[in-house]
Amino acid sequence: MPVKVMIPSPLRPYAGKRDSAEFNARTVGEALGHLAAEFGELRKHLFTEDGKLRSFVNVYVNDEDIRYLAKENTPTKDGDTISIIPSIAGGCI
Amino acid sequence: MVDATALWISGHLAEKIRAHGAETYPHECCGALLGRDSSAVLQNDRGTGAPAREILQLFPLVNRRDDSPRNRFSVTPQDVLEAEKAAHEQGLEVVGWYHSHPDHPARPSEYDRDHAWPWYSYIIVSVQNGAPQDMTSWRLNDDRAEFSPEGIEIRHRAAV
Repeated sequence: MPVKVMIPSPLRPYAGKRDSAEFNARTVGEALGHLAAEFGELRKHLFTEDGKLRSFVNVYVNDEDIRYLAKENTPTKDGDTISIIPSIAGGCI
Repeated sequence: MVDATALWISGHLAEKIRAHGAETYPHECCGALLGRDSSAVLQNDRGTGAPAREILQLFPLVNRRDDSPRNRFSVTPQDVLEAEKAAHEQGLEVVGWYHSHPDHPARPSEYDRDHAWPWYSYIIVSVQNGAPQDMTSWRLNDDRAEFSPEGIEIRHRAAV
């Protein structure tokens, strides 16, 4: 069941400059796991050292935020598109 | 390591970033940098190069951190998508972000580093007692350990 993962511009240099990749995956977590396995340099920009999605990394399945679905266990079906959108945050201290 | 990079911006846009920082003081301002990487390649001492990046437009945003706007800023993913849409409509890309450091130096904090992605340019303007001061730009290194400074070059028009 191929799903398409859209790769945001800042992460494309770690993915052979590709803007998307397709994987067979049953859940969002599986798809992101495949992405990080295929493009290892990209992993640390998506996940913390203990394997959790970084707090500023937002993931959508067909425009639905996975936080309001089943998070990384959100099931995927053939033809779904997964988007990775950062929140931008910072501060002086 | 990030190769030595340079950011080209017009004096007018640089002034707009400073003005935004002064306007929101003592709160942090924030916005998107719309532009593109040029085909010109800067040579560094290792003989490799990185393209110069030109900023052609700003997309000012509202700081969503109501709870602590003096030392934090936040841009929602919806704002990110709006900025990307505005960029694409003009054949540009969101190539970075700017924010102010009220009464703090124009250097990235640990919090900045923790919430950054490589590739993006992060402009910081220091605003002291309401008056904009230093403006710097930074890119996160591949290993996330630190930022590398990025030279800001003021150009009449940043076209390449």
